[in-house]
Amino acid sequence: MTEQLDAGLVARRIAGSDQVGEPRDPAEGREVGRARRRREDARLITGRTRWTDNIQLPGMLHVAFLRSPMAHARLTRVDVSAALAMPGVVAAFSGRDFAGEQGSLPCAWPVSEDVVIPDHPPMAVDRVRYVGEAVACVVATDRYRAADALEAIEADYEPLEAVLDMTEALSDGAPAVHEAGNQAFTWRFSGGDADAAFHDAPVVLDRTYVQQRLIPTAMEPRAVVAVPEGEGFTLYSATQIPHILRVMLALTTGIPEHLLRVVAPDVGGGFGSKLQVTAEEVLGLLLARRLGRPVKWTESRSEGNLTAHHGRDQIQRISVAAERDGRIRGVRVDLLADMGAYLMLVTPGVPLLGAFMYSGVYKMDAYDFTCTGVFTTKVPTDAYRGAGRPEATFAIERAVDELAAELGLDPVEVRRRNWISREEFPYTTVAGLTYDSGDYEAATERALALFGYDELRAEQADRRERRDPVQLGIGVSTYTEMCGLAPSRVLGSLSYGAGGWEHAAVRLLPTGKVEVVTGTSPHGQGHETSWSQITADALGVPFEDVSVLHGDTAVSPRGMDTYGSRSLVVGGVAVLAACEKVKEKAKRLAAHLLEAADDDVEFADGTFRVRGTDQGRTIQELALAAFAAHDLPDGFEPRLDADATFDPENFSFPHGTHLCAVEADTETGRVAIRSYVAVDDVGRVVNPLIVEGQVRGGIAQGIGQALFEEAVHDTGGNLLTTTMADYLIPSAADLPDFVTDRTETPATSNPLGVKGVGEAGTIAATPAVVNAVVDALRPHGVRDVPMPCTPERVWRALARSRANDGGTR
Amino acid sequence: MPEVTVTVDGVAYEEEVEPRLLLVHLLRDRLGRTGTPIGCDTGNCGSCTVLLDGRSAKSCSVLAVQADGSDVVTVEGLASGGDLHPMQRAFHEEHALQCGYCTPGMIMAAIDLLRDDPDPSEEAVRRGLEGNLCRCTGYCTIVRAVRRGARAMSGGRDAGPGGEAGGEAAGGPAGGEAAGEPAGEGVAAP
Amino acid sequence: MIPAPFDYVRPASLDEACRVLGEAGDGDGDGEVKALAGGQSLLPLLRLRLAYPSVLVDLGRLEELRGVHDRGDHVFIGALTTHDEVLRSPVVREHAPLVALATATVADPAVRHRGTFGGSLAHADPAGDLPAVALALDCVLVTASGAGGREIPAAGFFTGYLETALEPGEVLTGVKVPKLGDGWGFHYEKFHRTAQAWAVVGVAAAVRIDAGAVAQARIGLTNMGPAPVRARAVETALRGVTPPAAGAGGGHDPVKDACAWADEGTSPPTDLHARPDYRRHLARVLTHRAVRAALP
Repeated sequence: MTEQLDAGLVARRIAGSDQVGEPRDPAEGREVGRARRRREDARLITGRTRWTDNIQLPGMLHVAFLRSPMAHARLTRVDVSAALAMPGVVAAFSGRDFAGEQGSLPCAWPVSEDVVIPDHPPMAVDRVRYVGEAVACVVATDRYRAADALEAIEADYEPLEAVLDMTEALSDGAPAVHEAGNQAFTWRFSGGDADAAFHDAPVVLDRTYVQQRLIPTAMEPRAVVAVPEGEGFTLYSATQIPHILRVMLALTTGIPEHLLRVVAPDVGGGFGSKLQVTAEEVLGLLLARRLGRPVKWTESRSEGNLTAHHGRDQIQRISVAAERDGRIRGVRVDLLADMGAYLMLVTPGVPLLGAFMYSGVYKMDAYDFTCTGVFTTKVPTDAYRGAGRPEATFAIERAVDELAAELGLDPVEVRRRNWISREEFPYTTVAGLTYDSGDYEAATERALALFGYDELRAEQADRRERRDPVQLGIGVSTYTEMCGLAPSRVLGSLSYGAGGWEHAAVRLLPTGKVEVVTGTSPHGQGHETSWSQITADALGVPFEDVSVLHGDTAVSPRGMDTYGSRSLVVGGVAVLAACEKVKEKAKRLAAHLLEAADDDVEFADGTFRVRGTDQGRTIQELALAAFAAHDLPDGFEPRLDADATFDPENFSFPHGTHLCAVEADTETGRVAIRSYVAVDDVGRVVNPLIVEGQVRGGIAQGIGQALFEEAVHDTGGNLLTTTMADYLIPSAADLPDFVTDRTETPATSNPLGVKGVGEAGTIAATPAVVNAVVDALRPHGVRDVPMPCTPERVWRALARSRANDGGTR
Repeated sequence: MPEVTVTVDGVAYEEEVEPRLLLVHLLRDRLGRTGTPIGCDTGNCGSCTVLLDGRSAKSCSVLAVQADGSDVVTVEGLASGGDLHPMQRAFHEEHALQCGYCTPGMIMAAIDLLRDDPDPSEEAVRRGLEGNLCRCTGYCTIVRAVRRGARAMSGGRDAGPGGEAGGEAAGGPAGGEAAGEPAGEGVAAP
Repeated sequence: MIPAPFDYVRPASLDEACRVLGEAGDGDGDGEVKALAGGQSLLPLLRLRLAYPSVLVDLGRLEELRGVHDRGDHVFIGALTTHDEVLRSPVVREHAPLVALATATVADPAVRHRGTFGGSLAHADPAGDLPAVALALDCVLVTASGAGGREIPAAGFFTGYLETALEPGEVLTGVKVPKLGDGWGFHYEKFHRTAQAWAVVGVAAAVRIDAGAVAQARIGLTNMGPAPVRARAVETALRGVTPPAAGAGGGHDPVKDACAWADEGTSPPTDLHARPDYRRHLARVLTHRAVRAALP
């Protein structure tokens, strides 16, 4: 028999093995910059996890939802009585049963004056607008009986016409998704004089790109456990945003915020899909209140594919005006963004996050952006890794490659002629953003060298010459992005409903150990490790002496959570700021105990010393002294702790150069990635292991969009890709190893010099791959392949251009 | 209701079950072995992979009644007395997990893979893990971890130099088996 | 998701299995009686509630249906032999290499540990890899039933989409895979979008060369219709053709010409991954590749 595992022992053993990744200069003794193995791993590799679905409580009931099989219909009758008679069923409800209390799911980003925010009941009452919308629920003693009882609910629908295509949705006479029509908003933005830039431009390029609808597919399906506790409730949810969720649930349900505790236990990935206030969270809470018992809901993958928000789904018309030497004069973008059936938490804001990024790394005189949000009868879209920025980056990076092809120039050369050069930083772009730092030259040079660019171009020429049925394509992506979603004032000016600050608290315990409380809510990002590294350096304490608390509003009451590559840039800096405050206090205490002036005390390696003497106190000694409180300065509170918030003045702007080589089989249309090189500049690096992990995972998702993934609906609005057998995400066998490297240009907008890394790989990769695919096929006359570039689509693109060419190629 | 006898991580259980009860629900909901998670309903993602009578199986695609009389090992049964299984250790050392949801299944699939191929090539690892999906890592470090775990399992606890844990950006490309065996700092002896 | 309830029977003998499958077949009109082998295709269908059997008859403990046997002129593969066992069998590798080649592409390792050879054939998914192999090799499917049992040639076994010639109360017990003798080469060419995805199109090819020319070819196609199909036109066209030497570039390739008939007589489906015209094209290209790779 296997001995039972001692988790503490495992954790210690793991810690014992982590004396690796020593800093380059051991004398320096720094944690920041060191490839620390993660402390989170101990529970994750042993199965001692706390996924929401693991929670079992006495008397807990299980919820299942009946979901609309119609994309658009009047809901004329819902009868749950037969379900109530089923074994194990405790309760069953229709939307009407909750009409008075369920409220409307919130949209926190009313982007424009004209925005239409339709009522969005968590359970439909009289109308359904997408397949999968909840129309009724049952609550039973276990999940099996709950699933059975769903089949006994009767629901009648009067079908209405589905609205699936954005262009058709905006045409006259289209069936209306909402009374106010199908246009959710329009949003315009411009910098410079676009008319002048396009007037008489020697080269004008017009392209249309489709950002297909994607399903984020975090590996952990969503789950909710709502528990009545005392006067209030605890809601466990697989969420990225426990803090925002608490506020929003209070506003939506009327349950007072102070009686609501939200816990994000271990969360198995999010990628934006768990940045949401969901129907199931609201109803879970309301059911727990009504029944006075804990309730659990866990979605299945197919239920999640139908109902958890989707991402992307935009049609981009981009025009580029340029000189014959490749210099860009201006860019115009006209965007249609599919909102789906309702506006959820930040649905309409997603395209705006891209609006400022269409100029990319390039200088130009003018930029003009228009976006129209469109309602359709599909599940709403919302944030998916990158949220707006991958779309923008794709369009400009694809267009620059097309410009190079049009002019017969090397795509890297066209970029060189346009990008902001290293001596021009800080640089204010045509879109009004001030990029604080960057070195596109360095990242690109490094990437080209690692990639073997010239050799691959030579091989490409050879294969073209030989008319090899397998053609080589090379794709370039020199991206930047705005991330570290923060500056509260800027977010306010964009009508976002909240700020972008982040909070941290640092507490020295009497025994010299340190608790860090963070408002970020990690779900794979390794904050427990990185925040410990920052703290260990700042306070001069051992890494092992720090613990990081998060994801529970009772433990970490203030925070803005984790999304938009913001956690390190805002939350990590807040941890540093709190440490600095603690140090200030400790210094005052040290000076008092050492009978020295504050200014004569200096801090190094965890010890406060009187300058020029060997007299000192360690920070641990000071923690105990503060606790004992026997001899404190007047007015000094008996504790060494501090709170801090950080709200930067600017976004951060990671950048990098990604190069992709593909082999395209022109006979079958199959595309295989031959090599992939990514050189990213994410500023200063706290933990290289974690940074590389984020980049590689991001690349895999970017490749997923380029080659594999698409949410497909039939003409009736039924999602066809409900399972992982249909919605294909790449496995290890479908991807190559990625070569990753970095350049480091510190951000100037925060004291750590960090820029954020969570979305960079995804933003960069998609255009690199598609540029490579098109590059491979260009000699055959192909100028574009819609995403995902499936074998069939590649084959059709080739067939079309052969037909257009009269078969001469 | 049928009664099934299963041994899970060394403990024998007798349970009355509905015929339709999935093995993974027996593990999670009845036996409290929640270390094995569920990621899909079609047997594609592999999150729920366990060893069933010694071979990898997706416990969401097996009925509990089918497992009657069987021996099940989950990720919770790998470590003993505080000693991690070499594959668990390798996943940690190579940073082969982020959110960790796929990790139990990945580790079980990796252990199974090594039964037939104790020193798999990168390609063999990639092929061998085709039934286990990860959304976080891009798989690079998972592949390295499996190969590191393989070395540890065949050559004793210490895999020797391995891992790119210390791979520093400025120092060169941190990627790829292409550069030969990864050369990072050594692993401290346990 | 959660399967709907069903009754469960685990027969201790083949006779009992046939009896239960026969009896239950007359029962509840709502559901049907369904045989359960490894369950790797059936369990997902149950969980998605796309199948509602009233009774599940678990054949999993019928040891007599398990194993690979060398029977002189053929290899007998017991229906419950797992894909993994098939792959490990030296008999299969030596005498039925095409079976091994195709089995290695089925799903993923964990599924191959549970999924069975007979189960895959009886499930008769047009995108499954093994039916086309059984067809190409003219395997004979052996059944048992209360009435005694039958031997059904593969050509008569796959009757439609997920449909076979199996009658209620009839159990597939094993498959006779003919040994083809000397001079044959084999290949299974699977085209799929991701490693564990179903075949968009698959081609099972066996080719015998005699005196430098194709003496005989057997070609089965996966997912080119509601049931697997033989590419008879290609088989005919290949006869007597002399393949160009490997590495001979350009020029006329009579093998390719013959393979251009691959989609003859097929009725390929439309699904998420391909429309019919593309499948027809793939069938031609992949058949050429399969035949080329199969050349001994």
